[in-house]
Amino acid sequence: MSNITQAREALVSRILEGKAEASSAQRRAAFVNAVADGPLRTLVDKVARHAHQVTDEDIAAARASGLTENEIYELVVCAAVGAAGRQLDAGLAALAAAVGEK
Amino acid sequence: MRLAILDKGHRFGTKLLFGIIRLASRHPVLDVVKLAQYRPDFYGAQAVTHEAMRGPSAWSVADRELMAAVIARTNESAWCTTAHSAVAARAYRDRAKVDAVLADLETAPIEAPLRATLRMLRMLAKTQTVDADDMRAVLAAGVSSEQVKDALSVAFAFNITARLAEAFDFAMAEPAAFDSGAKYLLARGYR
Repeated sequence: MSNITQAREALVSRILEGKAEASSAQRRAAFVNAVADGPLRTLVDKVARHAHQVTDEDIAAARASGLTENEIYELVVCAAVGAAGRQLDAGLAALAAAVGEK
Repeated sequence: MRLAILDKGHRFGTKLLFGIIRLASRHPVLDVVKLAQYRPDFYGAQAVTHEAMRGPSAWSVADRELMAAVIARTNESAWCTTAHSAVAARAYRDRAKVDAVLADLETAPIEAPLRATLRMLRMLAKTQTVDADDMRAVLAAGVSSEQVKDALSVAFAFNITARLAEAFDFAMAEPAAFDSGAKYLLARGYR
């Protein structure tokens, strides 16, 4: 069996706690898709739920709200990794329930 | 690419590397490579992706690339679907099989365990969740728990990549460029 546990933990800890332009609080909010109202919330929510709907205007609005390109890059990455992680955890929980583990 | 930094913001050494890639492959550098090489100390998902796609598993590399293509398609990422169909087609030496799965999973000429697993991955990517009944259906098709976990690892990697491809708007490349990328990924993996 492949084992991504360590690599996943390392990835998550880099993007949430590593050196970055966006604050740790902003990154965590993007990761759990709980950004306060505003252009960034729209962008992060789209990335988490239907990334193909992200438009040039969404990125332009995030930029116009004062975010740098590096901040936008970081927060989009956090949103994507967070959403994928929630799906992975949901899948693992469903599997555990199906095979009767606790 | 929607962010200029991802297109042109790389360090000098990385830009040199891109020049070498362009010369050696005779293709433009794929946007996924530009993303991976931009601040790899921050994002750098290569370790996760390599383990999921090339680590030990009862699934073949071809099966896992097909899973990646199906996950990409479900996320409506044309870029990632094209990229990983190319890898799967090359790994299976069977483009028709990959096209059949993407056209209609229910009638495609694949074994029951793979079909059941792809159904589950599609459900997960589409609705963001699956339940115990969905998993029982996969296990009942003859898939082991370890194989389910391996498939979920593939999903983790590609639910990230497909989102980034769409959010950053990767530029579609020529089929020959994807094929060249596919050869590289089969020879060297994702590291």
